[in-house]
Amino acid sequence: MAASGNQEVTLLGVRLSPFVIRVGIALNIKEVQYEFLEEILSAKSELLLKSNPVYKKVPVLIHDGKPICESMIIVQYIDDVWTRSGTTLMPTDPYQKAMHRFWTVYLDDKFEPSLYNLTMSQTEAAKAEAEEQTMAVLQLLEEAFVKMSNKGKPFFGGDTIGYLDIAIGSYLGWMRATEEIIGLKLLDDARIPLLCAWAENFCNNEAVRNVSPEIMKIVEYAKFLRSKYTPPPAK
Amino acid sequence: MAASGNPEVKLLGIWFSPFVLRARIALNLKEVQYEFLEEQLGTKSELLLESNPVYKKMPVLIHDGKPVCESLIIVQYIDEVWAGSGTTLMPTDAYERAIHRFWTVYVDDKLYSSFLDSIMRYRTDEAKAEAEEQTVAALQLLEEAFDKISKGKPFFGGDTIGYLDIALGCFLGWIRAAEINGLKLLDHARTPLLCAWAEKFYNNEAVRAVIPDTMKLAEFTKVLRSSYQNRVPPTK
Repeated sequence: MAASGNQEVTLLGVRLSPFVIRVGIALNIKEVQYEFLEEILSAKSELLLKSNPVYKKVPVLIHDGKPICESMIIVQYIDDVWTRSGTTLMPTDPYQKAMHRFWTVYLDDKFEPSLYNLTMSQTEAAKAEAEEQTMAVLQLLEEAFVKMSNKGKPFFGGDTIGYLDIAIGSYLGWMRATEEIIGLKLLDDARIPLLCAWAENFCNNEAVRNVSPEIMKIVEYAKFLRSKYTPPPAK
Repeated sequence: MAASGNPEVKLLGIWFSPFVLRARIALNLKEVQYEFLEEQLGTKSELLLESNPVYKKMPVLIHDGKPVCESLIIVQYIDEVWAGSGTTLMPTDAYERAIHRFWTVYVDDKLYSSFLDSIMRYRTDEAKAEAEEQTVAALQLLEEAFDKISKGKPFFGGDTIGYLDIALGCFLGWIRAAEINGLKLLDHARTPLLCAWAEKFYNNEAVRAVIPDTMKLAEFTKVLRSSYQNRVPPTK
């Protein structure tokens, strides 16, 4: 379905959020012009509160005055609305679609919390546990990549960046920042060579480069979060 | 895309699971013949462990030997594969699709969580009352969403059952069971539209054929609760 109406596209977000970055990448791949409104999470705008009254979170895409919330729902919406050939994000095969969706669910369910715990970890024990959980996810994704990338293609989506590439790739900046702060290697050639190669292809893509924050900015922000962090009580 | 090759369709599930019910309702609405492989409570079959090694959970749809996991992903898969058959589950409009998807996230995130707290996970009467309140609040939001999305038609999907109807409707048996056990959840004064919607959903042939008996669920809730309380120590 081609985009119609006055085509006004606004993205409410914060530049460092992987969830917001997902939307930026999708919009760039589709070559959609949009206005980015940077939110201050401790002082959310009226527009954000009105557009996402249920969760009050970013990202929110506003298209022709209508808000869409939840990063991967927004990515699917963008894929449905802007259908320029060569830019399809979701595969056409239903089984492949199911695979992209499944690994995205898994990623946000398991990877996001373990990466967060790793970034915040301030004891050896916490670091070790979070590192193990994070690497376990990456290992599974490495195996999934073999099955999904269709015999040696650069992305989970094949020749071009797809839905799952965006879902995982949006975390790369934070992964690199965490490597820097914690002093370990997540994107380790020896353990996950395919994902490392994939990461390089992903990060070199213009649509991605354009919305990827500088690692040092993420490092700075992560250090700030670490200074305020209190670990949950031990079980 | 029509199913081709060996059209073997199997669903791994268990009688009481609302998530399994989502897949069964979808298969019925698309008029797909399938074999239901019932798991036993407390054990997981080899087939389940092999088909869903990541989560080891139900439902799993196995189509032409290939497993699909996660109830909502299965529903979308069914809708796409058997696109020419039965009724369409996902709206055709991109924005409406996004709205259905948003509210299914909300259902699984907020509604399900407070509902489980109210019937199974609560430790004190106060906690139970609070969880009941949160469940009612979530249903209230869904009542308002129904008003906007249905535009006067019987279902979230319009004239026929759609994606969001299935995502929410799968909990109706459990909600009714909870009401038999004393909770007040759906209410003609507070959520009249959802009450009317629930009637229509329940009476749909595709649903009636597979929704578990309310009394059986009401009894089973007690089993689930005591099993949970024994398994999971209270957190501080």
